[in-house]
Amino acid sequence: MKKRDFFSKRTKEISNASYKRRMLFSFILFALLATAGISAWKWLNHQPKEGLALKPLRKTLELNERLLQSTFDTGKLSKVYAEKDAVKNVRVNGLVGMLKTVDTSSWRLQVVRAKGDTLKLSLAEIKKLPRVDVIFDFKCIEGWSQVTHWAGVPLKTFMDHYHLNTQEQMNYVGLQTIDKKYYVGIDMPSALQSQTILCYEMNNKPLPMNQGYPLRLIIPVKYGIKHLKQIGTMYFSNKKPPDYWAERGYDYYAGL
Amino acid sequence: MKKIIQKHPLAIRWFHWINFPVLSIMIWSGLLIYWANSVYKIQVGNVLIYKFFPKGFYEALGIPYHLGKGMSFHFAFAWLFIINGILYVAYTIFSGEWRYLLPNKRSFKEAWQVLLHDLHIRKFEPPQQKYNAAQRIAYTAIIFMGMGSVLTGLAIYKPVQFSWATFLCGGYQAARLEHFMLTIGYVLFFLIHLFQVIKTGWNNFQGMISGLEVIKTEKKISANEKA
Repeated sequence: MKKRDFFSKRTKEISNASYKRRMLFSFILFALLATAGISAWKWLNHQPKEGLALKPLRKTLELNERLLQSTFDTGKLSKVYAEKDAVKNVRVNGLVGMLKTVDTSSWRLQVVRAKGDTLKLSLAEIKKLPRVDVIFDFKCIEGWSQVTHWAGVPLKTFMDHYHLNTQEQMNYVGLQTIDKKYYVGIDMPSALQSQTILCYEMNNKPLPMNQGYPLRLIIPVKYGIKHLKQIGTMYFSNKKPPDYWAERGYDYYAGL
Repeated sequence: MKKIIQKHPLAIRWFHWINFPVLSIMIWSGLLIYWANSVYKIQVGNVLIYKFFPKGFYEALGIPYHLGKGMSFHFAFAWLFIINGILYVAYTIFSGEWRYLLPNKRSFKEAWQVLLHDLHIRKFEPPQQKYNAAQRIAYTAIIFMGMGSVLTGLAIYKPVQFSWATFLCGGYQAARLEHFMLTIGYVLFFLIHLFQVIKTGWNNFQGMISGLEVIKTEKKISANEKA
């Protein structure tokens, strides 16, 4: 015990001059470090912004994304719930780009296969494809979550059916609302997961208008901001498609 | 000549003063995020005791409508917080400093005596090494709180990728609440810490900057030495 005694072990006699020198040195060093810290903070806050986020922070968010994509299994799925767990009153959020009415006799999902080559599909055609249910804990980037029940065709099934194989090799899927005022970009591995669906039903009924009638995206591995409602156009790209919230300072990836 | 005690190794001072601003930034950016869904409150029956947080609190600190900014800071500075924390723990292990930090079997009984002494209820002050029993418990608990923040943080940040963390925390919303409560814990820790540091005085405080503390000897300080 004596051997470990803190005071006897650490006590020492030093000359007054040496004491003064050590004190002065430590306080100057401390002041320098504090100044460096404050300068670094000021520097950071005066950096140019990229999509409204400070550039070094945006770069860190992108680094996080790369690390998570390369280190972890992007095929990992969101937890599945039973139908009885799903809420009846589904929260409505995000009205940017939402039309009051959509006429499905004229509405077509526009799938841009290449420049000048657009596939136009009616809701009836999409509904003919295999339907799957997705019941999961829907997470809003604001922090709330709700177990909700959706159904539609998996995007992967959809793309395979329409022979969009070369498009599946690209890096991103871009989506736009009918009026093009809301738009998202999604990395292909997340888009092709089995839980990602082009959704036309909520709680076994056609989607309500405010939930994205006639067709919306449900992608359980992303925050709600990526679950674009009232899809008008779908396209594919190797570059990041523009993303509404990423342009407003949010993480582009927004993955869970 | 001066009799000094070399109290805080340079590494510990370094970790301490990095952690202070980094944790402050984490708490601030965490508030920016929490604001977007600020649902927590203390309520007994139908009586609301406290809402986290009142409107005036948010407005005074300029919190509202900065969710995106909060997230960008939080997920970048989290790296510094985690790296600094890991280095600190590793340092205490390899340097042997852990001996002065970890509570031992007497600590829990002594901590009570320290508390009574601090509250001026009892005169007796338990003997201590570098830290007293209450400090040992507090400085060890804060490390576990830090680990808790990382775990609950991962559970909220990537509930699919780190589904095991979300499961351990008892679910996504549970993790969010735990993460929040830990933060309240840091604020309480900080307030008590600040109070104690002020109370203990300059000689103790400057030790976290210079690393050394002068031991006041019984003998009179001669005029010679004063100069």
